[in-house]
Amino acid sequence: MKMTALDRVLLLVTSLLAAYQIVVGIDKLSAAPIIAYTIAFGVLLVAGLLLIILGFDALDAPIVVIVSTIIPLTLSLGLAWQHLASFGTSYLVFAIVGFLAVSITRSIPVPGKLPIIVLILVHGIAGMTIFLLPILLALQGKTQPAFALVGVGGALIGIGGLLLSFLKAGKPILSRETIFKALPGLLLLMTICFVAGFKFG
Amino acid sequence: MSTQSTIVHRKSKIKLYWPLIKSSQTGLLLATGIAGYLSAGTRIGLPALLGVSASLFLAISGSTILNMWYDHDIDAKMKRTHKRPAASGQLSRTEVFRVGMIVSALGVGGALAVAPLYGLVVFAGWFFDVIVYTLWLKRRSAWSIVWGGISGAMPILSGRVLATGQVDLVGILLALAILFWIPTHTLTFSLKFRDDYANAGVPTFPSAYGETFTRAAIALSSVLAAVAIGWASALIGISAGYLRLIAVLTAGLLLLAFATFRVQSERVNFGLFKYASLYMLSAMIILAMKAF
Repeated sequence: MKMTALDRVLLLVTSLLAAYQIVVGIDKLSAAPIIAYTIAFGVLLVAGLLLIILGFDALDAPIVVIVSTIIPLTLSLGLAWQHLASFGTSYLVFAIVGFLAVSITRSIPVPGKLPIIVLILVHGIAGMTIFLLPILLALQGKTQPAFALVGVGGALIGIGGLLLSFLKAGKPILSRETIFKALPGLLLLMTICFVAGFKFG
Repeated sequence: MSTQSTIVHRKSKIKLYWPLIKSSQTGLLLATGIAGYLSAGTRIGLPALLGVSASLFLAISGSTILNMWYDHDIDAKMKRTHKRPAASGQLSRTEVFRVGMIVSALGVGGALAVAPLYGLVVFAGWFFDVIVYTLWLKRRSAWSIVWGGISGAMPILSGRVLATGQVDLVGILLALAILFWIPTHTLTFSLKFRDDYANAGVPTFPSAYGETFTRAAIALSSVLAAVAIGWASALIGISAGYLRLIAVLTAGLLLLAFATFRVQSERVNFGLFKYASLYMLSAMIILAMKAF
């Protein structure tokens, strides 16, 4: 499917927001969350640029499933490390094991439904962390109410991830054209939520 | 000739002259020169900034026009370049040569007038491009791109030299970053248009050493460019946030370079070619931020 000029503009703004977040949005945090958030927004930035350059066909590459796991895993790792310090190390272990599990089950032939189970498990835990943790923290008054926007971004990334995963698994929820049409706007909205949530939360 | 037809004639001439300077390439090299100047973090002097912009633009354009003049025959044999004004005969060789010499003289002369050391570096860039790369080596050796690379590295060094008054370690590292970035750019280009170059009899890495070696060279030069730009950025003292951004963009470049080596597809190759330009432009903007 051909990418329109509007799609490119939306992806460029997404990339610029991700770049802004890397440069100034996470400056006052400690080292571990900074590394985790830098990887998350870095993947978003580079992915946005590559989509602009290569078009939607880039999403057909098998490595997309592996790369798209990095964003929720590292974002949730940063959140866990920043706000649930006692779980930081455990979550780091989960993130590393989860990433390796997705990489391995997607790189070598694995019988049965194990690859999809691993994918659902890893995305599910990471996605729920990004969705629920900021909202709970905001409701408990531990952060500013605007931090809940990060949770909204988490919900959006979850929707995008589900749509793409089912598409790549051959059981699309929406048609390929509809998903690609919505993707740049969804990515931008998600990034706006993340950036605004971190800035005002 | 009536006034109106003179205006039409001049307009059509300008239309023909513009492609002679390869505006995207010249613009990117000019951006590196301005970034080199701003990377010193000194107070921005508008006359100096205008001086560096005008003289570099003219010197780079002049050498590019002379390259078009000399290479008109091989350009005519390549699908990608056969419509260029000198190759297609829309402009005579003599005219292109004259324009190239005048623009070069204005550029190099202007640079020498701005500051002698700066002018010397600008002249070195012109000399390596026109004499060493174009006239001497381009048709003889695939390694000519190294000399073309040295020429391409001179604008950023000249900008830095103008700001600091000396050739310092940062300037050399920035020049090395461009020198190593150029093969990433030109070798991916030579892979994409290998048939064109073969038809014109221009030796390239793919024709001389094969695809695998070429892709390995691309990956290696990307690593070296990344090391040089990272080292220079740290020495310049840009903020931790911008260092993170450079690290992220560099990671993208390295991943694509290694993907080119492993996957060997035209699309990945094209992606690297485009990304490498975007990477360098972004790195230059980040380095220039030091001045603000």
